Amino acid sequence: MEVLETDAQLVARCRAGDEDAWRELVDRFSRYVYAIIVQAFRLPEHDAEDVFQEVFTRAYEQLDKLRDDDAIRPWLAQLTRRLCIDTLRSGAREGPGEEAVFEPAGVDDTIAQLDEALSVHDALSTLPGNCQEILDRFFARDESYRLIGEALDLPSGTVASRISRCLVKLRTELEGRDSASAPSGG
Amino acid sequence: MPAYTEETLAELLRTLPAPAQAWVHAAQEIPLARRGLDEIVERARADRAFRNALIADLELALEAEGYEPDPLLVEALRARFPS
Repeated sequence: MEVLETDAQLVARCRAGDEDAWRELVDRFSRYVYAIIVQAFRLPEHDAEDVFQEVFTRAYEQLDKLRDDDAIRPWLAQLTRRLCIDTLRSGAREGPGEEAVFEPAGVDDTIAQLDEALSVHDALSTLPGNCQEILDRFFARDESYRLIGEALDLPSGTVASRISRCLVKLRTELEGRDSASAPSGG
Repeated sequence: MPAYTEETLAELLRTLPAPAQAWVHAAQEIPLARRGLDEIVERARADRAFRNALIADLELALEAEGYEPDPLLVEALRARFPS
């Protein structure tokens, strides 16, 4: 299985001016930022695109201000949150007000769920390419067995069993991570 | 430790759909934009002679106008102005 570069390592490469690292960083966090915008704040698509681009533009400009490279995920979440609130505030055509007024209920819970979902996606990216593709197509892109079968040249029954096998691999990877990061007790 | 049942995993995978690929590409090209990509594209839209020069010989046209033909910039422009 592939070993995923840590967030801190990726940020350090971005800071050093490595543009491949920047592309990878965008790739790693694009779903997360997008989900905060459209699921936690429920912005319409045209506003969502503006906020999405602004988040990454500011992240690029302000990466040097990030104190802890490991904290890129919460930092991006906070940046996205602020820009969503600014958009909602400007749409309301009112003066400055409490941020909470513009924040939909349950944002913290939604972001917590997205954090967990991103961890699952990180684990997914360490699985073999065929597992990544089939799970992404079925769950994230909501493609049918038939469509996946056509794209990957597999019978529908094989698609179903492969999805099931890949989910087991994903669960094993996640449980391995959890036990590796669990406190040793005592 | 969270219990990752098949259903939990499926739900978490569904939670993060991908944004439009064009959005992701635009964000990935921010460093390029910082090096003048936006300005060159804008100028090529407004100036037909410059656009034609880019299509005819991209690197030469950039150098003639004083732009540094950075490989990533050239690659991004070539995708926009194929010869």
